[in-house]
Amino acid sequence: MHLVEVSLKGHLPDARGLALARDIADLGISSVRGVRVVEIYRLDGNLKSPDLERICRRLLCDPVTGEYRYDPPAAKITDGAVAVEVAYNPGVVDPVEATILKSILDLGIKGVRGVRTAKRYLLEGNPGGSEVGEISSKLLVNPIIQHVVRVEDGVVHPAPQYHFKLEGIDLAKSPEALARRFGFSQEEFAEIRAHFGRLGRNPTDAEMETLAQTWSEHCVHKTFRGKIHFGDITIDNLLKNTIMKATRELDKPWCISVFEDNAGVIDFDGRWALCFKVETHNHPSAVEPYGGAATGIGGVIRDILGTGLSSRPILNTDVFCFAEPDFPYQELPKGVLHPRRILKGVRAGVADYGNRLGIPTLNGALCFDRRYLANPLVYCGTVGIMPVETARQGRQQPGDLVLLVGGKTGRDGIHGVTFASEQLTDQSSTLSFTSVQIGNPIVEKKVIDVLMPASERRLFRRITDCGGGGLSSAVGEMGKDTGVEVYLDRVPLKYAGLSYSEIWVSESQERMLLAVPPENEKEIIELFAAENVEATIIGKFTDDSMLRLFYRGNKVAELEMEFLHEGRPQFEAEADWQPAAHPEPGDGDLAPPEEALLKVLGSWNVCSKEWVIRQYDHEVQGASVLKPLVGKENDGPGDAAIIRPLLDSDKGMIISNGINTRYGDIDPYWMAASVVDEALRQIIAVGGSLERVALLDNFCWGDTRRAETLGALVRACQACYDMAKVFGTPFISGKDSLNNEFEYEGQRIIIPHTLLISAIGVIEDVRQVVSMDFKKAGSLIYLVGATRAEMGGSEYYRAYGYTGNRVPTVDVKAAKVAMDNLSRVTAAGLVSACHDLSDGGLAIALAEMAFAGGLGAEVRLSEVPLAEKIERDDFILFSEANSRFLVEVTPEHREVFEQVMAGAVFAPIGEVTGSGTLNVYGLSGRRLISKPVSELKEAWQRPMKW
Amino acid sequence: MANPRVLILRGPGTNCDRETAFAFEQAGAAAAPVHINRLISGDERLGDYDILVIPGGFTYGDDIAAGKVLANELMLRLGEQVHRFISDGRLVLGICNGFQVMVKAGILPGAKSREEYDITLTNNDSNRFECRWVHLNVVPGSPCVFTRGIERMYLPVAHAEGKLVTSPQVLPSLPVALRYDSPDGGTATYPLNPNGSVADIAGICDATGRVFALMPHPERYIRQMQHPRWTRGEGGEPGDGFGIFTNAVAFARG
Repeated sequence: MHLVEVSLKGHLPDARGLALARDIADLGISSVRGVRVVEIYRLDGNLKSPDLERICRRLLCDPVTGEYRYDPPAAKITDGAVAVEVAYNPGVVDPVEATILKSILDLGIKGVRGVRTAKRYLLEGNPGGSEVGEISSKLLVNPIIQHVVRVEDGVVHPAPQYHFKLEGIDLAKSPEALARRFGFSQEEFAEIRAHFGRLGRNPTDAEMETLAQTWSEHCVHKTFRGKIHFGDITIDNLLKNTIMKATRELDKPWCISVFEDNAGVIDFDGRWALCFKVETHNHPSAVEPYGGAATGIGGVIRDILGTGLSSRPILNTDVFCFAEPDFPYQELPKGVLHPRRILKGVRAGVADYGNRLGIPTLNGALCFDRRYLANPLVYCGTVGIMPVETARQGRQQPGDLVLLVGGKTGRDGIHGVTFASEQLTDQSSTLSFTSVQIGNPIVEKKVIDVLMPASERRLFRRITDCGGGGLSSAVGEMGKDTGVEVYLDRVPLKYAGLSYSEIWVSESQERMLLAVPPENEKEIIELFAAENVEATIIGKFTDDSMLRLFYRGNKVAELEMEFLHEGRPQFEAEADWQPAAHPEPGDGDLAPPEEALLKVLGSWNVCSKEWVIRQYDHEVQGASVLKPLVGKENDGPGDAAIIRPLLDSDKGMIISNGINTRYGDIDPYWMAASVVDEALRQIIAVGGSLERVALLDNFCWGDTRRAETLGALVRACQACYDMAKVFGTPFISGKDSLNNEFEYEGQRIIIPHTLLISAIGVIEDVRQVVSMDFKKAGSLIYLVGATRAEMGGSEYYRAYGYTGNRVPTVDVKAAKVAMDNLSRVTAAGLVSACHDLSDGGLAIALAEMAFAGGLGAEVRLSEVPLAEKIERDDFILFSEANSRFLVEVTPEHREVFEQVMAGAVFAPIGEVTGSGTLNVYGLSGRRLISKPVSELKEAWQRPMKW
Repeated sequence: MANPRVLILRGPGTNCDRETAFAFEQAGAAAAPVHINRLISGDERLGDYDILVIPGGFTYGDDIAAGKVLANELMLRLGEQVHRFISDGRLVLGICNGFQVMVKAGILPGAKSREEYDITLTNNDSNRFECRWVHLNVVPGSPCVFTRGIERMYLPVAHAEGKLVTSPQVLPSLPVALRYDSPDGGTATYPLNPNGSVADIAGICDATGRVFALMPHPERYIRQMQHPRWTRGEGGEPGDGFGIFTNAVAFARG
């Protein structure tokens, strides 16, 4: 065993150490002067000095910036500073280790059996023991995956061997404990007992695991497909009766594949199809933000690879919900990571994975609410492109081979699915440590690279990803139509010691499952081998509708597909919904408009997210047309993102997201309606149309076994149907994550009802698109859409601690007229800038357009078109009434603009000026706001200038 | 003369191969993304191409250090072919990760030998991945073939390890081809110099000007519509990066 240490040369600034020192100072610890980071490599093998020397010089240490030493005497290791060495836990595989082994072989050096990596933090100064403990636990170590190494340790533990023994489950023995262990309801467990009673035997553990995974909320969405009694109506299958019903009734010819494949698919241009999926990876991100989020983005990308006969990912979009980053440390419940650490970890996890795969992240959002403290939400979405002829889900034939492609299988994420469907508690961090793993994006990238040619050559008949539930879900789902048998001992493993059922349910990432006709076996395996992609035949599809598993010749499971997929008793529940009454702000509870504007601009939800955005590559693939940051100084908040999926065409694709959790506290119906409106508004704002727009729904909710939580879900679904029908925008795919609750010390935190609506649209010619920044002094500013005093759930109220009761509604017919007209004026080139009104209403949209364009504006509230009598300036300024837009039009286009817009509610409310000041005049004509736009921008940028 | 043949080198984690190939095709070349395994196996020969491009990406995940593993593989497995390719007078272009690979492979100036180098690219001063647009100034009198006739460019960068570091002894002799610049003639402080690169170096070439590498991405700005402010009427056709590709194609045509 050799120990190699690599550090930066002493005279060079250690950027990582400096960042860490800042974080330590943020904790209020002043005894640490500086931090240096040392990379530690433990090489398992017996090497001679020249070889070790060569490995250091040629591989591990940069000759310009770094210095190294190997096998130093123990006494010298800390160099006088306080040293904290952090290593991965046994069973957590750092992808770097495999790379180092490969590179050592490239150097022609043999005899290195294994590598373990670690980091040593040298804390300069004289921190006390308790301070070192705090620094370690809050910043350096996540016990889920890491531990502090004592310097004299550092042995590579050999993995234990596994000895086969068939595990039977005696269903008669403590049935309640068994149901809990596998996550079954009492009804489900009774059904299983009856089934095996009929067969006259007990199940094996693998059979129970298969049923547990397949019947989990995560896999079958039992709530959405359940029977729900809501008031005097009974809804048999919520999904089919709301969201999918809209799609069916709209029956758009350009919908290629909806709600059946791993993503929804629409036609792009007759030759190419686009598929889109958004997933959540919430629970793992709560306990290990970096790894959890990385596997979240990795997973949704595999959904895209597993759609049709595989598609190529071209865009990522991410939406995160966290508690406020300034949450007081001392109020943090036990077992919960601080929101700032979660935010930074999640951002890094998603960026490191997405950037490495070369997929641009062009759109996203960050939402903050205290109730996300223990249940952060991590939505990751990906769009893919493929030829229309391979855009539908394939179908295997009996005799086809089951080919497992990509990553090896370890003990990663075991029971991640049942974990995802369960509540978190303050014990979750210690109980769930096997549920998180370190993603390996390069393995996934290699898989992407070989799937494209394999699909073009039609070497496989069907593909799916190994996601939640691992092989058990993927094989079980794919084999449903035919029957399948799998030889679990053939699955390539990361390390020895896994039992057959661990192999079966492991959620190791970066794995895809293909159905390959036997005659293509040689060609496809050679194709994959040519780029060092692991591909192994692990079974074959049969024709007897049975699932059979074998391990070293022993049959370890035999289940009828019929029972596996149709045997689950339908979920049935009562739902109820009653509006809550929230206090209204009284006189003097709110600040004057100018002060309120600055406050809302600087609120967590509204403020600039540039710190996040710039750490994502939004330019890779060279296709971006509208980037996330726009305007004179490339830092204004763009609305929807637009790319040209085909570099030789000017046809574009638009992606947007709508999310607003505050409205759900008042009425989930109008929350859902509002977020559909918001997603569509953004499409219209950038110059798109409703002509070809599809939607994705993504529900994150509390425990729907409570009638009122389920009732809220039902109302949100009803709104989805109503909106989609009138806007003419079908849903093509969706996802849900329920039970987002946290229990500690007898208290319970329930997340706000959270619905993310993501929209994908096609735009004929991207040359017509507009950005949101004001372009020219002298332009007219139009407000499109009527304003109502709908202050409930507004950012304005929230800034002063109120929710209120009058939630924004959607007049969907009027909204459609306004949007259709706006599409026409933009397509005709009459619009210079357009921005939708969302969080913070008119005041915020106006300020954003002004500072993004570096221009001022004069605006008169007396000109704002109202749907009702409103006598308060602040209501007009900060109302978040839906379906509204601010539009910049140059004077020469005024007449035609107004002609084409006729039929919609709109009015000119002011002008763009070259003054650099935003002036707003109230109903009485009095000047309410007069602020340099530079000051507004500063207020908006300050909170997240990290 | 037939269209010059461009080999776009692919390895595990390369991710800018498609748009780089597209830029070369638009400039009149025939571009082929080729996996390094095909060169190692002999199925493809470097000698059959006129231009070698190492495009952007995260080869081998940038494990250990950006570009390091591919650099080793390239030189240990294909070193002779690469050196012959260069000494034959052909062109080599490295973009972003390609620059990192070329520096660490010792095929740019600053290489003491095939085992040692004394310039490197390391972590940005901000300690962050930076995706932003930068102003670039082509160093007057540079022998660089790729930047001929170009004075200034506005291009995006997207990297976490783009800070060029070298010793004061090496710096004066380095053939700098491209520097981060300020739009108004001032000094290029962060974020104008996005990574803290010494002497604002964004790209270097060899003494012949035929081997060139840069951190910014010229392939991401070959059309006006890729400019971040094209909706404000800024930028033009073709995009600033396109000249790099047309220059290479023109040179290869002879």
